[in-house]
Amino acid sequence: MANMIDDATIEYVGILAKLALSDEEKEQAKKDMGSMLDYIDKLGELDTSGVEPMSHVFPVQNVFREDVVTNKDDSENILANAPGSKDSMFKVPRTVE
Amino acid sequence: MNILDYTAVQLSEKIKQGEVKVAEAVEAVFEQIDKTEESLNCYVTLEKEKAFRQAAAIQEKIDRKELTGPLAGVPFAVKDNMCTKGTLTTCSSKILSNFVPTFSAEAVLRLEAAGAVIIGKTNMDEFAMGSTTETSYYGVTRNPKNPEHVPGGSSGGSAAAVAAKECFAALGSDTGGSIRQPASYCGVVGLKPTYGTVSRYGLIAYGSSLDQIGPLTKDVADCAAVLTAIASHDLKDSTSMEREDTDFTAALVADVKGMRIGIPRDYFGEGLDPQVKDAVLKAADVLKSQGALVEEFDLSLVEYAIPTYYTIAAAEASSNLERFDGVKYGYRAKGVEDLHPMYKRTRSEGFGPEVKRRIMLGSFVLSSGYYDAYYLKALKVKALIKRAFDDAFTKYDMILGPVAPTTAPKLGESLSDPIKMYLGDIYTISINLAGLPGISVPCGEDKNGLPIGLQLIGDSFQEKKLIRAAYTYEQCKEGK
Repeated sequence: MANMIDDATIEYVGILAKLALSDEEKEQAKKDMGSMLDYIDKLGELDTSGVEPMSHVFPVQNVFREDVVTNKDDSENILANAPGSKDSMFKVPRTVE
Repeated sequence: MNILDYTAVQLSEKIKQGEVKVAEAVEAVFEQIDKTEESLNCYVTLEKEKAFRQAAAIQEKIDRKELTGPLAGVPFAVKDNMCTKGTLTTCSSKILSNFVPTFSAEAVLRLEAAGAVIIGKTNMDEFAMGSTTETSYYGVTRNPKNPEHVPGGSSGGSAAAVAAKECFAALGSDTGGSIRQPASYCGVVGLKPTYGTVSRYGLIAYGSSLDQIGPLTKDVADCAAVLTAIASHDLKDSTSMEREDTDFTAALVADVKGMRIGIPRDYFGEGLDPQVKDAVLKAADVLKSQGALVEEFDLSLVEYAIPTYYTIAAAEASSNLERFDGVKYGYRAKGVEDLHPMYKRTRSEGFGPEVKRRIMLGSFVLSSGYYDAYYLKALKVKALIKRAFDDAFTKYDMILGPVAPTTAPKLGESLSDPIKMYLGDIYTISINLAGLPGISVPCGEDKNGLPIGLQLIGDSFQEKKLIRAAYTYEQCKEGK
């Protein structure tokens, strides 16, 4: 494998991806990511100098509409989906000491 | 004739003529489900009571001649990554195991406005990441043609439900082949529209620049009718395109005289099952015999599509799936006292291995230091791939090839080697990168009786040409 993913990289990716991986998952992730990156390295064969990166295929620019409310207050149903709620608000674990 | 043997359009016709009641059609579908669903597992959620209530309301509207369209009264299935108001929407993931949307996807609303009865939500690969429907948290779906085999994916439940007559038609979504490949594996018709044709509002995002909703149906006429119903310009999706002529049923004409069809040599190389190759080339001969001008050409860059796709799709997925954090909806890990550990535990427990794999790859290719080398590079190659298609469409009205290199693999054979599974997407993936439309039409079976699909790829906004050619093939193929 040309791309060796070390422990530090997996830790870092875990932080970015907000995932807590078990040791076993980390080892598997190192292997999987290494082989995927080896495969993706194939793109290096192509000369892309002077090519503009294309994010969208159609030249759609920013699309604007009037900022008017079209829906009704549905907070009760929305909160019904929440893992925790209190006084019409989402309830989350402690965020400050 | 058994009700279940009608196509969607035929059924609606019978309903409008008063020969069949909407409730009878719904009853027939649920009877079929009772027979086959236990072994096939096409659905995550069935809404029997709701379906009969909807059937009664639609019957009234048909009786009052308020609903006269070609899909009025037809029982439909919807892939479980499209939000349905009041009906569980899981994306086949544990993390959305209890999510009941407060709104419906625009495509679902369009279908309901056309008089469709939505009977349930179909199984899929978790977050549409996979090619076999085996990454679902809710168990695998089996191929109705042979239950030892996968139905394909990620819209495997939708394709299998249509093939097994557990509905008359279904919606799927296609990010890298997820409508066309399961259609091919299950022997039904599937179409991925030009990017921006169907609103993505309410479609749970995987790769937003690639995702499109489209039909899975019994035949090409149904496909055209469903696409006509769901295509719309929607202000709620800023990538939605304003298209003028969206009556796709007008293209149901059996005539391809003078149509220029290109066959990319690069699609017929190593890795293609000879039986698939023969069936696809035979289909090309049918179109040729009907007056199409068929020739081979070199498309180029084919082998770069998969690495480009997985870089872009993983990057977009890692961003799109950030929203699943256990705060506003869905699963939350139990007994975690602080916020950050709660996020991490929730996501680690809520996502399956394939989803984690892609989120991590995506986070990596977007991280500082690697962004230019991987993500930006992929966006540049995407531009080159689009250019290769643009060149091809100066010479041809459409491109013809296989949908997948093989017929449906056996259950359990694909997941052990992700890269091998990704290679199966080689013929479908590049059109998502280029935003093009593509259709999969059944064109035969292998020696084991597993269906083979013919793929037709069109230039942007040229669905009508695809539908016309597919319809011509369907009408003129052997045994018709």
